[in-house]
Amino acid sequence: MSADTQLLRAEGLRRYFPVRNAFGATTRTIKALDDVSFELRPGETLGIVGESGCGKTTLGKILAGIHKADAGRIHLEGTDITSLSDMQRRRIAQRLQYIHQDPGNALDPRWTIGRSLDEPLAIHTSLSRSERTVRVRKILASVGLPETHLDLYPHEISGGQQRRVGLARILTLQPRLVILDEPTSGLDVSVQATILKLLRTLQAGFQLTYLFISHDLSVVQIMCDRIAVMYLGRIVEISPASELFSDPRHPYTRSLMSAIPRIGGRRVTDTFNLKGEPADASNLPSGCRFRSRCPQAAAVCAELDPALGPSSMAHQAACHFAGKPLGGANV
Amino acid sequence: MTADPLLEISDLRIGFRTGQGVARVLDRVNVSVGRGRIMGLVGESGCGKTTLARAILSVLAPNAVIEGGAIHFGGLDLFALPRARFEHEVKGRRITFVPQDPYGAFNPLFRIGDQIMEVMKWKSPRRQPSEKGLGPLLTRFPRARYKTDREAVLALLDEVQIPDPERALAKLPGEFSGGQRQRLLIAMALMTNPDLIIADEPTTALDVTIQAQILKLLKRLARQHGVSILLTTHDLGTAYEICDEITVMYAGQDVETAPVAEFFTHPRHPYTARLLESLPSPGREIREIGGEVPSLLAPPLGCRFHPRCERAAPECAASRPPLTRTGPHIVRCFRPLTIAAGVRP
Repeated sequence: MSADTQLLRAEGLRRYFPVRNAFGATTRTIKALDDVSFELRPGETLGIVGESGCGKTTLGKILAGIHKADAGRIHLEGTDITSLSDMQRRRIAQRLQYIHQDPGNALDPRWTIGRSLDEPLAIHTSLSRSERTVRVRKILASVGLPETHLDLYPHEISGGQQRRVGLARILTLQPRLVILDEPTSGLDVSVQATILKLLRTLQAGFQLTYLFISHDLSVVQIMCDRIAVMYLGRIVEISPASELFSDPRHPYTRSLMSAIPRIGGRRVTDTFNLKGEPADASNLPSGCRFRSRCPQAAAVCAELDPALGPSSMAHQAACHFAGKPLGGANV
Repeated sequence: MTADPLLEISDLRIGFRTGQGVARVLDRVNVSVGRGRIMGLVGESGCGKTTLARAILSVLAPNAVIEGGAIHFGGLDLFALPRARFEHEVKGRRITFVPQDPYGAFNPLFRIGDQIMEVMKWKSPRRQPSEKGLGPLLTRFPRARYKTDREAVLALLDEVQIPDPERALAKLPGEFSGGQRQRLLIAMALMTNPDLIIADEPTTALDVTIQAQILKLLKRLARQHGVSILLTTHDLGTAYEICDEITVMYAGQDVETAPVAEFFTHPRHPYTARLLESLPSPGREIREIGGEVPSLLAPPLGCRFHPRCERAAPECAASRPPLTRTGPHIVRCFRPLTIAAGVRP
């Protein structure tokens, strides 16, 4: 993959969080992110899925510059943005934006919608007041809200509309890459459908690239071009979305898929077989991290930590037995 | 539904007094749970499913007003039952509860064993009638019963697959993961040999793989112990997994009740159909339901879904549709979908 077809490249990102005791001494380290690499192409949607504690939010926050990485490099459109100062960071905010779970909640209750939407433009651009007004109106229309909303306060509009304003606020800067951290978690399905549809429309209208972080595989399946599955700080499988679902290679991906209730299909409660819970992120098993729950685990899994591969392929999995016929797998 | 349901809620109306008036949270809702059945109460936030669950246990917020209707449980009229008898015989004994949040349900400062045995102290099925009245004040927990109760607890913890139950009792809640705590809560709900367990979104706070484990466990235990479950959930997938029947609620009204297979293949109420269509599914465009859930302070007259319904007719706004049985479905709609129009999710 050459540099000009990449919007963002992450190499060997690592972030360990120390756990300190009452005296301030580090007793353990939680490996939230351990050697994660991937690249993003312009216009695509890359999904990051995994259960709580797998490091997906840490990854998003490191890319957005909210956390600093302990090791590894991030390149945005060819420039290294790993260790920028706050001032330099502010300049790239126009190109890379991070959206919290509930962007509507981030609105200032004492500011009108119009003022909230104007603020990023005033800070980051040199547009005149009238140019900013034009841009704000255009953005508000693109998220499907009437212009009359500009003079309202957040409490005067519904929660769903607040969310739209929150999204609009990020789009005013016309970023290239948007990191969406669990954009639909905790939402009712009908509201979720509205938000997903809006995200799609905005992506087409503004040529956005999404990094879509979610725990919900069925949402990721319909929204993403490619999907990376994370487990305890590692990407264990990355693949084009359709291929991941038709041919999951990592046993964790397979069990994750078998855990989603599929209406009309076989019941998970009749077929699901994965035992146990994820290992403690501060006390990982030797070799493969999934070994303690893996139905296929063999002696080699305890000794060697499998790497993601084969690197020439679009579909990669970090498992000693990836791509080989299932021996005794029951997922 | 069955001819002799264990729990029958009829025409229940509940309002909440608020600063802006009375919110009509439940509008003559009918739900029944058969013996040994798992009933799913499905709906979006604010549809009243949790209020309904709390009304059964009589733990409504102080500003709630029961405006009408009745709840019958195992031959008892719960609203007519004296409070003391309800507290002693029904609540926490014949009807138990599994809460949504396994992290908030335990006191973090007391050992799991103490918290579980506290329940057994008052609600143990082995508690003798002689312990009523002043008895418990003198001998709160007779030693002999403590021993048998403790053995029963250990057996149940083993049944919910808590490793090393004896040591688990000595641990603090913080030493357990969310999934393990939910297992403990399920064990606690089963300890009193209840007839009905009310499970309020029991797996919402858990990861998918843990959720699958817990649902599997809940389904197996319900069958083994012959317990009925009233499960509230906003997740249709969860309902599909373990329920026998499903009732859908929208803005405080029950709109459709059907056996699980029928429900998902041939929804009859327009809202049910649109809800199923808004589920993400590969190979099908997402379809949203236009508009928003109405305010319960001034809900629409008639069918509360009519302002968002594409099949709405003038009669839908004029009066509330009655419950009508069509085949295995019970639908509250003047213009229900026919089978041919049903969607396959």
